[in-house]
Amino acid sequence: MAYLEVNKISIRFGGLTAIDKFDFKVEKGQIVSIIGPNGAGKTTVFNILSGIYRAAEGEITFDGRNLKDKSPQEIVSLGMARTFQNIRLFYDMRVIENVLIGTHIRTGYRFLDGLFRTKRFHLEEGEKIRYAADLLKTVGLEKRIHDYADNLPYGEQRKLEIARAIATGARLLLLDEPAAGMNPQESEELRQFILQLKNQGYTILLIEHDMNVVMNLSDYIYVLDYGKKIAEGKPQEILENQQVVAAYLGEGEVE
Amino acid sequence: MEKIRTGINRLTEGFSYLETNVYKYRIILYAGGLSLSMLLPVFGFSQYMTRIFIMIGIYTMLALGLNILTGYTGLVSLGHGGFFAIGAYTTAILMLRFQMNFLIAVMIAMVFTGICGLLLGLPTLRLTGTYLSIVTLGFGEIVRMVIMNFDTVTNGTLGIRNIPRPSFFGFELTLANHGLFYLMLVLLILVTYVCIGIQNSNMGRTLRAIKADELAAVMMGIRSSRYKVGAFVVSAVLTGLAGGYYASLVSYIDHNSFTFDVSIMILSIVILGGMGTIRGMFLGAAILVAFPEVARPLMEWRFVVYGLVLILMMRFKPQGLLGWRSRLPYKIPVLKRSQTYREEKEANRRGR
Ligand SMILES: Nc1ncnc2c1ncn2[C@@H]1O[C@H](COP(=O)(O)OP(=O)(O)O)[C@@H](O)[C@H]1O
Ligand SMILES: [Mg+2]
Repeated sequence: MAYLEVNKISIRFGGLTAIDKFDFKVEKGQIVSIIGPNGAGKTTVFNILSGIYRAAEGEITFDGRNLKDKSPQEIVSLGMARTFQNIRLFYDMRVIENVLIGTHIRTGYRFLDGLFRTKRFHLEEGEKIRYAADLLKTVGLEKRIHDYADNLPYGEQRKLEIARAIATGARLLLLDEPAAGMNPQESEELRQFILQLKNQGYTILLIEHDMNVVMNLSDYIYVLDYGKKIAEGKPQEILENQQVVAAYLGEGEVE
Repeated sequence: MEKIRTGINRLTEGFSYLETNVYKYRIILYAGGLSLSMLLPVFGFSQYMTRIFIMIGIYTMLALGLNILTGYTGLVSLGHGGFFAIGAYTTAILMLRFQMNFLIAVMIAMVFTGICGLLLGLPTLRLTGTYLSIVTLGFGEIVRMVIMNFDTVTNGTLGIRNIPRPSFFGFELTLANHGLFYLMLVLLILVTYVCIGIQNSNMGRTLRAIKADELAAVMMGIRSSRYKVGAFVVSAVLTGLAGGYYASLVSYIDHNSFTFDVSIMILSIVILGGMGTIRGMFLGAAILVAFPEVARPLMEWRFVVYGLVLILMMRFKPQGLLGWRSRLPYKIPVLKRSQTYREEKEANRRGR
């Protein structure tokens, strides 16, 4: 059984079938991409996976466990965390604090430990703070540790959002259009960064429009249009697929 | 208009620079501030002045309590006068009817106020912004209604008289022997300590994250509902403590002691001082409590003035007078502790 297996999920908003019997799977250590025109339902898939929406039908199995009726918290603690299409950082907080929020799900000390500053509090808090600082170093944000999140340039905000997701201890990262709004140089940097994550053993499910990123990184690609899967395959197969080209031409997104 | 903005901003800039420079000497500063407040009675102030200092202390506690909810978590309550009243009435009734010692009465009152906080926090979990404010406003009024109509317990509109002063081992604390002043100081230090503890632990960080972006916090695995209810409870407990002390201080309370004005006053202090700061609550309370005393002729107009203050702050300086982003680096504890931690774990494993 694959690491993440999604079996014929559907969801409807009023009359609109946003996702229609979509199935896909992700093997451990892979980078798998979901592409498709705007409004195809890609972000909705992430919202279902992360527990914001419930699929009307279908099954999701992650790391051998059924995600049905699991709360967002349970899903994160099982090892899946996400980023957002429109970056959603805690802007009024420092870079390191953003990452620390990610570690909270793994922090064991209680309210009263914090109040009375017990030994346990000091040990765990110190450990998590140093972990966060180290993590920021490995993603190349060591100079930004003390800054406030909204002072970072766009590219670094994206990185921080990914670091925050990693801090939860997740091994499967859902990245929603991480290269959106980046210039070619930034998006190339991002590509290297995602590759580095893969080499560190993370599994990545990626939504992306930037074809340089998608085609060079993906092990496997699924194409979504109007909530339906219209194609799947290796990058080369997708490039040669007439239906995919047509879907994109309709949107005018081919570069 | 621009001038006001730059004026206020320059003031805060100044404070902010001050923070960077005096941080090294903070221990001396705290110690100095503390000993100065402890010496206040020695300077021989009149009871009138002592009373004002005490009121500043009470409102600082109230603001610190509301700050947990409004400052950190971003949930604006217009009904904290209600919790204040619950704390005061519970303490008064326990002391009068059951001859309880002040400390025990206050502790029970805090628990009871906390339960009321829970009961208000749970059903309002899904509300934010204006809706939440309206419900909390309603809560404050309902508390007043209950006080006015539940005669058998609260003595209705007649109020409760002759609430005893706190006494310890037969020693009664009064204004004259400065006991009440020192008790206020002790409680204020306690409340401040709790707030610092919350601010510097994952609770405070989580509350701020929820304020910044609740959905993002939930997606990081945070159970935001628990924390929001938790903030309600802690906020209510601290407010209840202030209420209990207040009842024993003034020895007469009725439904008019806890009107909507009180709730607005507390909120004004939080906003003026700087939401999400601890230092700001002290300054905010000092300004807004002392103001009507200094400007007697303006007494009738004070709520117009508070309203104006709120509008001006919201317009020009929503962070409040003392609300700034610290320029100090974030404290990263040295590795030593982690080593001891690992060693301990190792030792435990070997021990087993
Ligand atoms: N909460 C919602 N309520 C109603 N419609 C929604 C909701 N979320 C998404 N949709 C609709 O579902 C479709 C897919 O949206 P989305 O997943 O954001 O597309 P993509 O990410 O592929 O651009 C769109 O038509 C969108 O309007
Ligand atoms: Mg999208």
